[in-house]
Amino acid sequence: MEELLEILEELHPEVDFNTNKSLIDDKILDSFDIITLIADINDAYDVAIPAHEIIPENFNSAEALYGLIERLLDED
Amino acid sequence: MLFTSYEFIFFLCLLIGLYYIIPKRFQWQLLLISSFVFYYFSGWSNLLYISVTIVSTYFVSIKLNGLTKKQKAYLKENRDLSREEKKVYKEKIKSKRWGWLLLCLIFNLGILAVIKYTNFALSNINSILTLFKMNEISYVNLLLPMGISFYTFQSMSYIIDVYREKYEPERNIGKMALFVSFFPQLIQGPISRFDDLSKTLYKEHSFNAKTFSFGFQRVLWGYFKKMVIADRIITAVLTITKNPDTYDGIYVFIGMLFYALQLYADFTGGIDITIGIAQMLGIEVKENFIRPYFSKSITEYWRRWHISMGTWFKDYVFYPLSVSKPMLNISRSSRARFGDKVGKRLPVYLSTLIVWFTTGIWHGSSWNFIVWGLLNGVIILISQEFDPLYARFHERFKVKGTFGFRLFQVIRTVLLLSSLRILDCYRDVGVSFRMFVSMFTKLDIGVLFNGSLLDLGLDVSDYIVLVIGVIILIGFSLLQRSGSVREKIANKRPVLRYSVYILLFFSILILGAYGIGFDSNQFIYNQF
Amino acid sequence: MKNKKIISILIIFLIIAGLYVLLQSLLMPKYMTKIVEGALISEYYHEKNKDHDVIFIGDCEVYENFSPITLWEEYGITSYIRGSAQQLIWHSYYLLEDTLKYEKPDVVVFSVLSMMYDEPQNEAYNRMSIDGMPLSLTKLRSAKAAMMPEEDLITYVFPLLRYHSRWNELSEEDFKYWFKKDQIAHNGYLMRVDAKPVDTFPKPRALADYKFGDICYEYLDKMTQLCKDNDIELVLLKAPSLYPHWYDEWDEQMVDYAAKNDLLYINLLDYLDEMGLDFNTDTYDAGLHLNLAGAEKTSVFFGKYLKDNFNLIDKRNDPELKALWDDKSAYYYNMEQEQYQELEEYGYLLKFNLKRTEEK
Repeated sequence: MEELLEILEELHPEVDFNTNKSLIDDKILDSFDIITLIADINDAYDVAIPAHEIIPENFNSAEALYGLIERLLDED
Repeated sequence: MLFTSYEFIFFLCLLIGLYYIIPKRFQWQLLLISSFVFYYFSGWSNLLYISVTIVSTYFVSIKLNGLTKKQKAYLKENRDLSREEKKVYKEKIKSKRWGWLLLCLIFNLGILAVIKYTNFALSNINSILTLFKMNEISYVNLLLPMGISFYTFQSMSYIIDVYREKYEPERNIGKMALFVSFFPQLIQGPISRFDDLSKTLYKEHSFNAKTFSFGFQRVLWGYFKKMVIADRIITAVLTITKNPDTYDGIYVFIGMLFYALQLYADFTGGIDITIGIAQMLGIEVKENFIRPYFSKSITEYWRRWHISMGTWFKDYVFYPLSVSKPMLNISRSSRARFGDKVGKRLPVYLSTLIVWFTTGIWHGSSWNFIVWGLLNGVIILISQEFDPLYARFHERFKVKGTFGFRLFQVIRTVLLLSSLRILDCYRDVGVSFRMFVSMFTKLDIGVLFNGSLLDLGLDVSDYIVLVIGVIILIGFSLLQRSGSVREKIANKRPVLRYSVYILLFFSILILGAYGIGFDSNQFIYNQF
Repeated sequence: MKNKKIISILIIFLIIAGLYVLLQSLLMPKYMTKIVEGALISEYYHEKNKDHDVIFIGDCEVYENFSPITLWEEYGITSYIRGSAQQLIWHSYYLLEDTLKYEKPDVVVFSVLSMMYDEPQNEAYNRMSIDGMPLSLTKLRSAKAAMMPEEDLITYVFPLLRYHSRWNELSEEDFKYWFKKDQIAHNGYLMRVDAKPVDTFPKPRALADYKFGDICYEYLDKMTQLCKDNDIELVLLKAPSLYPHWYDEWDEQMVDYAAKNDLLYINLLDYLDEMGLDFNTDTYDAGLHLNLAGAEKTSVFFGKYLKDNFNLIDKRNDPELKALWDDKSAYYYNMEQEQYQELEEYGYLLKFNLKRTEEK
């Protein structure tokens, strides 16, 4: 989780990722951010987020995103 | 059958009448039959093409689902398998599923590609052959089935979603066929998603006066935009763009703005008709436009214009491409080579350009559209790069959010996207650029005032209608920002409310550019 | 509550229908000046006494060349000309069918010049020949037979769909005659008193094929049958216009057809001297159409022909009819006088001051 927050903060230093729960709905993360994020996560956790997981529910908060990563890690 | 033909109006009245008379459980079947009848009118061979897509997609969707079920059953039965063994089995099923999906995609997109791009490919080969003084290959005569780009994309989104297990496939082939062929959106979209459309498409609908009249009002509004505005101004657009030698300089600018108006009125009007008809039938089709000309940047514009196409490319091309293994590898190696800052962007930028290349070629099989698509991508990337610059600008000058600055942004965006569309209008890329340049080199403002505008095929009364039409369009959009306009009118006194609709009806009837004297022209988006 | 709703929907539909009718009559061409022949067809339906001995049907070769007033005054024959510009044979057939709904004449005279056309020619003339008929299946059949490829049948049911784009060319005339039109003809005869002598005529060019089209014969057969069924004598007529040229080969076909079907056929071009027609004074456009003087001469001759061949009673002694026709005559002579005055004053006729070259 710590590592994920670091990645996120590097992307958007001005956002508080601990509290914000509507990153997609409020258009804070755009498609460019998402792709960069996925590449970073791929590097950090060695997990590939497939395209069909790119839905608002998975990216709206750091928590949800972390949940996704854990789920994917588990499935492997 | 075009939306603006008498046959279509007749067909529609008949269908709607029947729809609410027959037992409700047959409603979706009636829609299916009507859709096929509608399609049949454009030629029976077209019926063949769409049937092939329906059957192949249906077959593969059931196959994919069967494999998933097989996997679940197998894993349930063999709980005691090791993690490794399970993984091997899963991989096996996965690759089988991938194989089926690929087959379906290649087959259906292949049909689209062959029909749509064979001659374009041949013309490119031929120009190379001529370069080497060799004989040219003769062109093939393939008729583009109506709406093939739309229904192919719609069925491909369906099969990919089934593959991704987003939802269960539809087991009734008739229902699945209706999803692919639903006639109001066959000609020019929107490209609906199964999980959206299926919510209301197969339901039993009893007549609801409010929904019905709202649907009807929307249809009227669509016809107004299309027949009174688009079909009127098209005369001037064609006069200008088909005679680039006569009409350059300021005419290009006029043509560009006229085309922006024509395309908007035609396309959004067509979609209004589509959504309105669906609504009259009790079916919800997702919005395809959200006041696109109020966008403050090209990126925003593409989120608000032809939305169903944009999200299609995002969900089925941009994301899968960007997160694919090769792309992630490129990302890793480029970061290693160029450093974090540049390296991170390279894959995203690459995907963006590929997506815009595909978007371009989807719009039409010519270099014009490819260049148009790529330029859109380039502009989006440039504005991405300029982001920090903008931030500094706004820090310095506190104009952000002021009305004046927003207006400037909106106008800038409309001008930008209109100049890109010059490529849409002229016969080749060379002429398009020549015309674009001539806007700046041959700027003869006098044309605006010396009556030359009356030589474009429109007379004074046409211009008056257009000016009033544009004012209504803008006023409508402004009103719409705070909620449904129909809802607002519905709250007014009956006399006022009905006067508005009767006026709308008669303005279409009288001012519509239809019948003898006006060329019947097809929806611009038909060919795509 | 429910009743109220139904009533309000009904009211709205009535308003829409009312507005539609108003707009349609405003936007439809009035044909009160210049192209006045467009008003001929509808004028018949306003005629109070629709009981005629003779009905003429055909194109300008009847409505410019025969005068029912003369037929009445000379022979006591009541007649009406159901003519329209470039009336083709399918127009004629259905027009006759429609006329028979209102009356049963003793004799129908059909002008055979239109046998030369075996396919639709011009949208504008379709409208002029059909728009004036009241809505009926006959009218729609006529439209269906007559339409050019670019036309739509529905525009004959709702003419507004055809004429809506006239909104920006509405003139004073459209408002003046919005609800009521003037009478422009005399039982279908369109009067002109001016004269333009025949000078030279283009030599008729040889045709590849002189045989009339099958479709024309089909309609001629139908017309013959229709008359037989209704006990009406059908006369085939070639009017004394010099142009378009009436070929001998065409004439022979009509002679044959008449003989075969036991009909009368008369080619008035063969009787120019008997009629006393002088193409220096009796035509207003150099031989295409006759003027008043010409039409009267033709009528005197043709009336006698009708009298000789058919048992037509002289009705001049019928007081009711006499009163009616006296009015008609008064209007007729009044117009004649007006036209001569105009001619003197301006050198041309005001109503016709537009050059009409395309019309035949």
